[in-house]
Amino acid sequence: MAAPKIDPMHQFQIAPIGADELIASPFQFTNSALWMLIVLAVVVLVMWGGTKRELVPGRWQALAEIITNFLGDITRQTIGANGRKYLPWVFTTFMFILAANWIGAMPLALAGAHPFTVTSQFSVTWTMSVMSFAIVLVVGFWKHGLHFFSLFVPKGAPLAIKLFIAPIEFVSFLVRPFSLGLRPFVAMFAGHILLEVFGNFIVQGLNAGSAAGGFIAALCFVFIVGMSGLELLIGAIQAYVFALLTAIYINDAENLH
Amino acid sequence: MPQLSQLALVIQSQWFWLLLVLGAIYFVVGRGIVGKVESTVDDRDARIAADLAEAQRLQDEAEADEEAWRTRVNAMRAEAQGVTASAKADAQAKLEARLAAADAEIALRTDSAVAELDTARKSAMAELESVAVEATQQIVERLTGASVDQAQARAAVTGALGHA
Repeated sequence: MAAPKIDPMHQFQIAPIGADELIASPFQFTNSALWMLIVLAVVVLVMWGGTKRELVPGRWQALAEIITNFLGDITRQTIGANGRKYLPWVFTTFMFILAANWIGAMPLALAGAHPFTVTSQFSVTWTMSVMSFAIVLVVGFWKHGLHFFSLFVPKGAPLAIKLFIAPIEFVSFLVRPFSLGLRPFVAMFAGHILLEVFGNFIVQGLNAGSAAGGFIAALCFVFIVGMSGLELLIGAIQAYVFALLTAIYINDAENLH
Repeated sequence: MPQLSQLALVIQSQWFWLLLVLGAIYFVVGRGIVGKVESTVDDRDARIAADLAEAQRLQDEAEADEEAWRTRVNAMRAEAQGVTASAKADAQAKLEARLAAADAEIALRTDSAVAELDTARKSAMAELESVAVEATQQIVERLTGASVDQAQARAAVTGALGHA
């Protein structure tokens, strides 16, 4: 029996649905698009409880209210009273990334559905971070005009330091959209490779049929259980970090120092 | 790395579906449901605050009522004590007046009784004297046969009685 080839990258492959081959078309329906729509459905479903508007909330409504209050607090505390109008976007980034990360980590393969983690595609995370960055630029130049460039100049510092710091600040500002999108992508990418590799170890250990193989399989199983829990934590943290950084960057533009 | 190798093929559909999904979340959930949830929470907070304020108002009212009641009870108690005290003082005064009147009457009666007694004694003495004078006259007449006039006898009797 030939040892099964481990291909940890296969899970990131985008495959067409309803067509034989991938074509470069915006309307091409893929497994990635399918899981984005599932993410959308889950987000709408979870938040639908908030439309009940009961005085004493049930569990479902309370969940929607907790999420809303959590993100509302982030925008209010980071951006201030003006932050309310950015809540929809901060909410969108948080809920999309959280739902995508968690749905991608669900053992749905047991039911035959192979979950596709859309946030493991940098085309997705970078598009989102570029959108956040675009909001920062539009708000910054809309509110402050060219004065927005003073963001790079530390306030109250001597001229020599200002000349030294400003280029550094400028570069770090330009790096923001890349680092913002890189973070959730890398976390999901690395986590899923790790899960895939150790999952294969379990299969191979059991296939070996020896006591040592069984022991290694059991060890890897325990490791994967722990890793899966960690994956859920990382998925939540990445969503939180993305939403929080988006709010912080918007705060730079909204309340220029 | 499929993310890179497939990029040129899939980027259009990735963008299309991502923007569709993000737009749906943004407008339907972010602008729609989240606003509703926020207003629900705000309404509830406002209602709780109003209920608490109402409860505080009612409690203040009840405390004020109790305070007023307590003042009234205290006033009534003080009034009752005043009434009792004045009634007591009144009764005392009346008692004293009656005692004084009784004392005065007793004194009056005693005085008049003493005076009556005195007169009675005096008249008795006077009668006794006249009887003694008469008796003296008769005794002297019987014993000596000499008649003694009334003035002499009276002098002798008065002298004897004065000795007695």
